[in-house]
Order: sequence, then C-alpha cells, then structure tokens
Amino acid sequence: MSVNVTMPALSPTMTEGTVAKWLIAVGETVHSGDVIAEIETDKATMEVESIEDGVVAHILVEAGSENVAVGTVIAILAEAGEAVDTISATPVTAAADEAPEAPTETPAEMPALVKETTAVAQTSVAETSKRIFATPLARRIAANKGIALDGLTGSGPHGRILRRDVEAAPAAPAVQITPASANAMASSAATGASELVANSQMRQVIASRLQQSKQQAPHFYVTVDCQIDTLLAARRALNEKAPDGVKISLNDLVIRAAAMALMAVPDANVAYEDTHTRRFQHADICMAVAIDGGLVTPVIWAAETMGLAALSQTTADLASRARQGQLRVAEYTGGSFSISNLGMFGVREFAAVINPPQGAILAVGAGEQRPVVVDGALTVATVVTVTLSADHRAIDGAVAAQWLQSFKGFVENPVTMLL
Amino acid sequence: MTKTHYDIAVIGGGPGGYVAGIRAAQLGLNAVVIEREHLGGICLNWGCIPTKALLRAAELRHSIDEMQAFGISVGDVTIDLPTMVKRSRKVAARLSAGVTHLLKKNKVPVIEATATIGKPLKNRREVNLSDGTVISASHVIIATGARARSLPRIEQDGKSILTYREAMVPQDMPKSLIIVGSGAIGAEFASFYNDLGVEVTLVEALDRILPVEDSDISAFVAKAFEKRGMNILTNVKLQSVTAGSDSVLAKLDGDHPDLQAERMILAVGIIGNVENLGLDGTAVKIDRGHIVTDGFGATAEPGIYAIGDVTGPPWLAHKASHEGILCVEKIAGGKDLHAIADGAVPGCTYCRPQVASIGLTEAAATKAGHSIKTGNFPFAGNGKAIALGDDAGFVKTIFDATTGELLGAHMVGPEVTELIQGFAIARSLEATEAELMATIFPHPTLSEAMHESVLDAYDRAIHF
Repeated sequence: MSVNVTMPALSPTMTEGTVAKWLIAVGETVHSGDVIAEIETDKATMEVESIEDGVVAHILVEAGSENVAVGTVIAILAEAGEAVDTISATPVTAAADEAPEAPTETPAEMPALVKETTAVAQTSVAETSKRIFATPLARRIAANKGIALDGLTGSGPHGRILRRDVEAAPAAPAVQITPASANAMASSAATGASELVANSQMRQVIASRLQQSKQQAPHFYVTVDCQIDTLLAARRALNEKAPDGVKISLNDLVIRAAAMALMAVPDANVAYEDTHTRRFQHADICMAVAIDGGLVTPVIWAAETMGLAALSQTTADLASRARQGQLRVAEYTGGSFSISNLGMFGVREFAAVINPPQGAILAVGAGEQRPVVVDGALTVATVVTVTLSADHRAIDGAVAAQWLQSFKGFVENPVTMLL
Repeated sequence: MTKTHYDIAVIGGGPGGYVAGIRAAQLGLNAVVIEREHLGGICLNWGCIPTKALLRAAELRHSIDEMQAFGISVGDVTIDLPTMVKRSRKVAARLSAGVTHLLKKNKVPVIEATATIGKPLKNRREVNLSDGTVISASHVIIATGARARSLPRIEQDGKSILTYREAMVPQDMPKSLIIVGSGAIGAEFASFYNDLGVEVTLVEALDRILPVEDSDISAFVAKAFEKRGMNILTNVKLQSVTAGSDSVLAKLDGDHPDLQAERMILAVGIIGNVENLGLDGTAVKIDRGHIVTDGFGATAEPGIYAIGDVTGPPWLAHKASHEGILCVEKIAGGKDLHAIADGAVPGCTYCRPQVASIGLTEAAATKAGHSIKTGNFPFAGNGKAIALGDDAGFVKTIFDATTGELLGAHMVGPEVTELIQGFAIARSLEATEAELMATIFPHPTLSEAMHESVLDAYDRAIHF
C-alpha cells in the first residue's frame, strides 16, 4: 500500500504553501524523520519530515510550485517491498480536496475527476481561524484572482461576502511579466518602465493584516522624547561586567523598559476582541525583524520575567533565526505588544501600524544629540523619540499617555528597571 | 381642508404595488394603495392567473387523448367553454379578494380611484384623486403597470382582432386563429387554442419563436408546436390586416401568401401606463413608453419612484414584486440592498411543453466573453418523466469555465416552471458547479434532470 505525502499545515493560519525544494528523488529510500522537503509558508521556510518509511514513488508537485493547498498530495511513497513502478501517480484517496494538479501520468479512466478537482482545490482559500462567510462563487473568484477574503467586507445577508464584493476589491497584480515590460527592462532608458513581481505569501499576509489593522483599529498616536545619556552609561557599565558572549543592546533596554511599563500600566497591555477585551498577564513583546522580502515579528514571551542577559540572548537568537527563515510557528505567533525600531537607519521618529489583534505598538527612532533646555539653560543631551500607536477601541488617550510616561521613567532612570 | 398624509402612496395595486404596500406596513411605514379597477392588477385579473386556469383546462383536455395508453377509456369528450372561462374568472376573483384581505390584515388602506401626482410641497407631494380629494405622501411609488401594445394601422376591435384581454374570455371557439407575436403570451394562447382544436398560425417577426429564450429551446418548442399541427411563420411582418365580419385577412411582407382566419390575437409586447399621472413638469424621464429608474425604483424626480411593468421589461409579476420590496426597503433606509442583477429574474412560459429559464442564453454568454461549459440532459433519460408519460424536453445549463458560475439554465418539458427555482436559488447563493454536483437530488423526480445537466457540463452525467 502506498503512502501519500500531503502539504502539511505548518501554522494555524496556513492554507497553502510553496514547495521550495525537494531533498529526495524518485527511487530514493526515506525513513521516518528524514527531512524530505522545504516548504515556504506565509512566514518562513520550514523543513518537512517524512512520517513513514518507504521509497519515493512519485513527486507530484515540483519544487517551486506555489499556492499548493494544505492537504494536497505532493508525493507518494511506496512501502518497503512494494515495487515503485506499480504505484499509480493518482493519490490513493480520491477525496476531492486532496487531489493534486493533474499529473501527467493520470490514468485514462478518470480524467474528469482530476480535471475538476483542480478547480475544487483552488476554492479552499484563506480559511483563517476566524470563519469567513462568503459565497462559493466569491471564494472561487477570490482564489482565481489571489484576493484574500479576510480583508473584505461582505454586503450580502448577515455580512456574507458576495461575488460583487470580491470584484470590487483591487485585484492582485498579474504575475506574468508582459513582453512590453520585458522590453522595458532591456532598455533601462525607457520612461515609465516597470517590472511586475509576484507577491510572496509573506507580502500578501503583511498586506492583508496591516490593511485589516488600519481599517478596523482606530489608531491614535502619542509621542514623547526620552533622554538616554544615563541609559547609555548604564549600558556601557553593564557590558563591561557582562559574561562573555553577552552584549546588551540599546534595543534590549528598550524592550526591558517596555515590559516594565506594561506591568506598571496593565491597561495598555490589552487587545480588543469585539464583545470583550483581552487583558494579557505577561508582557509578551513582539519585535519587528526586517528579513529579506518583508518582516517577521518573533515573540519574547513574558519579557518582564527575564534578566537583561537572558533577554539579550533571546533577542539575538530570535533575530538571527528570523533572518535565516528558521523560526518555528509558535515563535512568531501571538504576543501582546510590539516594538518596531528603525533607529539604526537614522530615523528620527515614525508611527507604526498596530500588529493585530494587539492593542499597541511602539515605534522607536534613533538616539541623537539634540539641544535641550534644563533648568532654563540650553544644553546637549542624547534623545530618542518614541511614538506609541494605540487602538482606541481598547486603549484610551490617557492610558497611552500614562504608559509612555512610565516607559520614559524607566528609560531615563534605568536603575528603576534593573531591579 | 385637511389632507391625509402618508409616508408612501402607491399608485396601482398589482403585484408590484400591493406588495410594496404590505412591505411598507411591515416596516412600520404608513402606506396607502390607490387602485383604479381591481387589486392584483393584470397579473391576477387578466394575465398570469386566469391564463393558467385556462391552460390547465387545455392540458386536461390533452391528457384525455393519452388516457388509453394508461389503460383508461374515456367516452365522448365535450368542451363546455362558458364553464371553462367562468372557472378562470372565479380563480381570478378569489385571488383578488385574497389581496384585499392581505392589505386589510396589514392595515394598508386602499383607495379606489385614479391618481395624478400633484404639486411638490416641502419634503412631500400632493396626490390628486379622481374623487376630488387630495392626499399627500413623502414618497410616491408609480406601479401602474402596462397594457398591450398595438401595431400601427391595426385596430384592435375586440371582436375579430383581440388582445390578451378578450382572448382569455372567448364566448365561442373560432375555427382558425392567427397569433401575432410568439413571446410568452403568444405561445401560451397558441398552445391553449390548439389544444381545444383551433387551427393556429403563429407569426413572429424575428427569426424564431420565444425569441428571448435560448435558441435550443426555441427550436424544440417550434418542433413540438408543429407536431401538434400549428403553422409557424418566422421572419414575417404584417403588411396590412383587414377585419371582416367574422374573418381577418392578413397580408404579409415578402412573398408570403396571405393569411386568413376567423380571429387574430395581437401579442406584440406591452407598453407602460405612463399617461395622466401628472409627470409633466417633473424631472421623471420616460424612454420608449417606460419610466426610467435606478436599480431601486428612484426616478430623476426626488420623492417619485416607479416599479414593475411601467419601468420596462422583463414584464413579469415577480420582478414587479421584488422591485416593490427593494424600493420600499431603500426608502426605509435599508442597508446592503442590491438592485436586481442582470439575468436574476427567472422567466416561465406555460405552453405545452413548458419553458423556464434564468440567466444568460448560450449566445449571450459567449457574446459577453465568457468561456463556457454547457450541459444538456434530456427528460427521455429521466425515470419520473417516463413514468409520467411526458418525457419530451431537456435541461440545458451554462457555466463559466473559469469561475464555475451558473451563467444560465434553460429548461423545456414537464413542470419545468416549478423546477427553475432550484437554479434561481443556486444563482442567488452564488453556488458553483461544485455545490450543485454535491447536492443530493431525490429520486425519482424530474429535478434529477437538473443535476444530470450540471454533471454533463463537466462530462460527468451518469444516465446519459
């Protein structure tokens, strides 16, 4: 009996994935636990292990195939002792939503089934954890056009998404590069030249989530300047005493201060969820890490419980593995609060988009020397400007201001947060 | 003088108007229906309902001819025309009384009068009634319907040249009959009179009968009619018509020979009742005999709306009712309302064989640029149809090959007018071929032919 290898669901929100690379070939023997393929999801590239022993009989989805629905059979293993060439390329179970794109060796007696199921497989779009109400036709058209249903507002009965709602949504750009633009690329002098690049899954997820955030969460922004000369001095002193391999960064101190402020002002550590507000018990802080082609936000769980050395090691490890696309799903799912730091680019200040369903995000600019007035006299201090973006459904202005006040207190008097 | 004020005044108590009145009452609006003749309009009194009563009589007459095959012998058959017509009138009267009751139950007053829209007041309109009283309303809905269109130079004298109105209350059966126009009305009268033994000639100016239907349907019905002995002339226009004392002579264009018959029925479409409504001096636009509206009944004049036949084709009671509901809900501030989409209105013709359809014809789907998949399943492959002894006809389905949208469904055969709602629901729920295929249709029913047609579109029909 042959064994189907299906596209695994590597995260709770994953509905489809890209087979980035096969690490096996037809005829090769694999053992349970062997890494057989790399799958690119909306957030990361992950390794897939075989759960059976066997010999690779067929690889049904080529490396590089995009948008392969979860559950689709991507390869077939022959069991030990079974002759590989007796295994049909048609998956053992003929359940409609598990059938692959028509393989070339499709047996002649069931062409219609395979042909029709490709269309069915396409319809399983964007079933995220929250149930989306949409008509079958709306789902089909959205899938064809690459439109995410969770960003749409339905105008049908009880808010159901109708075909018209999908058609009114801006279509995803076509992935083919037209001859015109190919020519344009050849002669860089052509005016108005452009190039179409297919949006990666990560790009589409970023787009859909941030659009959802800006459309649903009424953002407001509170900005404050923090003098960090004392903090910088403390950091130098800490790093001099730190064990080998530990180097506390300014960002680590900002995360620590934010964690302490979230504990001091728990009303800011919340998320709005329609009929109720979720109050987080820990400062589960997401830090935005820019990676090739987008960003990812790994979580530092219960950051308030970590000493600076542990915190520093955690952030360094998460950032490094995020850049290599090696994060596990649980490491970038969830969190109660986010921090985005563009200080290293010399940005003075900016406002960030809240990472839904969280209630707030802190945007951190660069520390720079600025003239400040102390006791009526002009002097120079190192100042960093931070801006809190808050979801007004859950967090009121005064709470946001209190939180910033608390944060500023920890940053400007670092002794208070090192306890 | 005290004026009675209403939130909504509906002019006309047909299937558009009375439904609008009831919906308004349900929404807590204070509405009045003004009707000049009888509630229920043409549909109920002089259209859909009484003709169905007549066609039922014709169908029973026809089935007597088939009884022998079922092992039933019937003696001499006689036709009692006055009783047949009387029953048809009684059916209409019963339903009209039903509408009176429904309006009363919903506390919607009915004023028996004709109405003219009067001068605009602040945020409302005067409506002048034929009995001399004046009322006012915040919103006036025109639901005055339509009447038979006439052809130039042909006088409908009501004796030998008839419209639907005289044709459904015949006092005697003519030996021969010319029916001009082969839409639903013409086809139904052709079927009725033919079943009662009248020699029928059906004349159509376009290239096929039932010209709004899919051409496969037109061809099938034409063949069935000809088999029943009807004479069908297509691509033919009338040059002149001369009415004698008990005969009509029609000269045709081209080299077609003259037609002579005892009577002629004109069924060449209808024209909106837009006159004497006080629309002069308002911004209401009239285009080719019909009031121009947006998808929700609004005219170019604020506070004046129009629904149903007076706004143009398709001239169907169920379209009028739906427009009445949409119009009132829009006035009441309803959200997420959608105007009737193209192809969302099903059409039924109750000739023998029956015809029912929704959505695009194959030609229209192709012309609109769809890449299509079509399915076709004959009732000859349907067990229930064979058991009924009525297995002529088919179900044709048209899908968009890319999206799986059911673009159109076209049916001819037994009770298809009762079946079409299945496809209407599928379209309204935006089902694709996948959901239709996954639905279990009960056996043995005529509806299995619908399922098979869908399967056939994807080369999966089981019984054909």
